[in-house]
Amino acid sequence: MAEIQLKALAHSYSDTPSGPDDYAIRQLDHVWHKGGAYALLGPSGCGKSTMLNIISGLIQPSEGEVLFDGKRVNELSPRDRNIAQVFQFPVIYDSMTVYENLAFPLKNNKVPASRIKVRVQEIAEVLEIEDKLHKKARNLTADEKQKVSMGRGLVREDVSAILFDEPLTVIDPQLKWKLRRKLKQIHEQFDITMVYVTHDQLEASTFADRIAVMYDGQVVQFGTPTELFEAPNHTFVGYFIGSPGMNIVEVERCSGGVCFGSTVLPLESWQVDILKRMTSGNLKIGIRPEFIEISPVSSDDTYEANVLDIEDLGTYKIVTVQLGEQELKVRQDEEFEASIDSRIHLSFPKQWLMLYVDEFLVQEQQ
Amino acid sequence: MDKIPDNRAWWLVLPVFLLVAFSALIPLMTVVNYSVQDIFGPGQAYYVGTEWFKEVLADERLQDSLIRQFVFSGFVLLIQIPLGIGVALMMPKSGVKGSLCLILIAIPLLIPWNVVGTIWQIFARGDIGLFGWGINQLGIDYNYTGDTLDAWLTVLLMDVWHWTPLVALLCYSGLRAIPEAFYQAAEIDRASKWAVFRYIQLPRLKSVLIIAVLLRFMDSFMIYIEPFVLTGGGPGSSTTFLSQTLTTMAIGQFDLGRAAAFSLIYFLIVLLISWLFFTAITHADKEK
Repeated sequence: MAEIQLKALAHSYSDTPSGPDDYAIRQLDHVWHKGGAYALLGPSGCGKSTMLNIISGLIQPSEGEVLFDGKRVNELSPRDRNIAQVFQFPVIYDSMTVYENLAFPLKNNKVPASRIKVRVQEIAEVLEIEDKLHKKARNLTADEKQKVSMGRGLVREDVSAILFDEPLTVIDPQLKWKLRRKLKQIHEQFDITMVYVTHDQLEASTFADRIAVMYDGQVVQFGTPTELFEAPNHTFVGYFIGSPGMNIVEVERCSGGVCFGSTVLPLESWQVDILKRMTSGNLKIGIRPEFIEISPVSSDDTYEANVLDIEDLGTYKIVTVQLGEQELKVRQDEEFEASIDSRIHLSFPKQWLMLYVDEFLVQEQQ
Repeated sequence: MDKIPDNRAWWLVLPVFLLVAFSALIPLMTVVNYSVQDIFGPGQAYYVGTEWFKEVLADERLQDSLIRQFVFSGFVLLIQIPLGIGVALMMPKSGVKGSLCLILIAIPLLIPWNVVGTIWQIFARGDIGLFGWGINQLGIDYNYTGDTLDAWLTVLLMDVWHWTPLVALLCYSGLRAIPEAFYQAAEIDRASKWAVFRYIQLPRLKSVLIIAVLLRFMDSFMIYIEPFVLTGGGPGSSTTFLSQTLTTMAIGQFDLGRAAAFSLIYFLIVLLISWLFFTAITHADKEK
C-alpha cells in the first residue's frame, strides 16, 4: 500500500510537443491517499487511461514526477512498483486454467504454494468462479474472462495499489452492479488503495469515496460525489455529472448580479464583490435542474417561462423550458403536470446559483 | 424441402474428379503399377505381387539410408526450431532495423538449392574455403570430404544456415501478432522473461510452429540436391540420404520395380510422420 503522488505531471505522445494541444495530460498535481477508494472520471480521450498507465509505469511521463510514499518511481518498471492493474478488455493467459491464471502473479512473487492455494480459493469465491477453477481459461465467456482478469489484479496481497481501467465495459449490466459492490467490499476488507477509471458517473459514485473528474488533460475537481453534484468546480463537471447535466448560461455583468437577454439574476453580495474585482468577460451561471423551482403563480422573484417539452422518465420528469432566448432543463416530480406551450413561473434559489469565471467556480472566501 | 433423387447430379463431381485424377491419382497409380510388376521390356511385364516391397524392406542399403535420414531430420528439427524461435525473439520489433533484419535473414531462402550446395562446397574446403581454412587454422583437423563426422556436421550446418531463416520468419510473424496488452499484463503480474516466453509467447506461436515443424520435417526428409552437390553422398555412403538412394536405384540402375515400391514406402513414411506431428501438437493441450 502506498500514497501515490503526481507532481507537475505532463505527458505528450508526440516526441516534439509544440503546444498544449499535443498533451494528453497537462501540468497536473494530484495525491491519491493511502487506502482510499478513488474513481477517475472523465469522457473518452480526456487522458484518464494515460494517467493510469503513468501510475503503473507502463508509460513514462514526459514531464514531472510520480512518487510512491514520497519516493520517486519514474524510472521503475511496473514490476518494481509492485502495482496491480486490470485492463478494459480481458487479458487472460489462454494456455492456462483459471486456477493457474489466478496463481500466476503469486507464483511470480514466490509466494509459498500453500498460501497460493488459500488465496486463489478466496478470490475465486469473491468473484464466484470457484466452480470454473479447473477449466481452461480460453473456454470462458467474455465476462468470466474479465473476472479472471480482475482476479489476477486482486490476488496479490502486498500491492502498492490496484488500478482499474474501465474493467466492467464488457460485463452485462446486472453483473456490473454486483461486481462493483464486490470491489467495494474487497476494498473495505483489505484496505488497499484503489483507483478506478470510468466514464460512467454512476459507476464512479457507487465505487469511490472521492472522485477525480478529468477534462482535457487536467483534473478539474477532486471531491465526494455530493461535492461534485452541489458545487461543481468547473463548468465541465456541472455538465458531465448529473442527468441531465447542469444548466449553464452565458451571462454579462449587471447591477446587483448578472443578466442574459432581458433576464436579470440577482446574486449573493459576496459573489457581486468578487465579480467586481474580476476583469474576465467569460462569465457563466450554472444551476442544477434539480434546484430550479416551478410555481404556478408569479411573484417578485419568479421569471415567466414557456414549456417546450416534458420527458417522463418513470420516476421523475424532465421539463424543458424557454426563458427569454435560453433553454433550461428542470427536474420535477412524477406528479408535475403542464401542457406544452403553457406559461409557468421559475425561481432560482440563490444558494444554488453557481458563478463561473473562465469556466471555474467562484467560491466564497473565508 | 423435399430432396429430389437424381443421379445425374454425379456429373457435377466430374471436374473435381478429373482434376484430382490428373494431379495425384494417375501419377501415383503409375508408380503403383510399376511396384507390383517386373518389366523386362515393352509387352514383357510379369505380375509379382508384393515381392518388390519385401525385397526393398530387407535391403540393408536402404535401411541404412533410412536410419541416416531419420537422424538427419531429427537433428534438423532439434536445432532449427529452437534456433529459429531464438532468432525471432531477438529481432527488433519494428522500424528500419526490423525491416533490415528481415531482409538479411531472408537472403539464404532466396538462393537456389544447388547454389547453396556449391557455396558450401567451396566455403568449407580446407584449402581455398574461408570456413574450412579458418577451422583448420584454429588447430582443428577438419576435412568434410574425408571424415564422416565432418561431412555430417557440414551438411547439417549448411541446412541450418539455409532453412533456419524460414523458422525465424514464421515465428517472427507469430510474435508480431501477439497484442501488446499481453506483455503489459505480464509486466504488471511481475512475470519473468522466461514466464513471458513460456506462458504468453510460446502458446501463441503454436500454430506457426506446427507449420514450421511440418515444413522442416518434410523438406529435410526429402533433402536431395544440397548434400548431393556438397558431398555426393560421401565419404563412402555416410551422407547418402533416402532420396539419393532412390534416385540411384531408379535412374542409375533403372530398377523401376524396386524404386517404385520404395517410393511408395517413402511417401507413406512422410505422410505418417507429418500426421503424427500434426496430431501430437494440436492435441497437446486440449481440455480433457
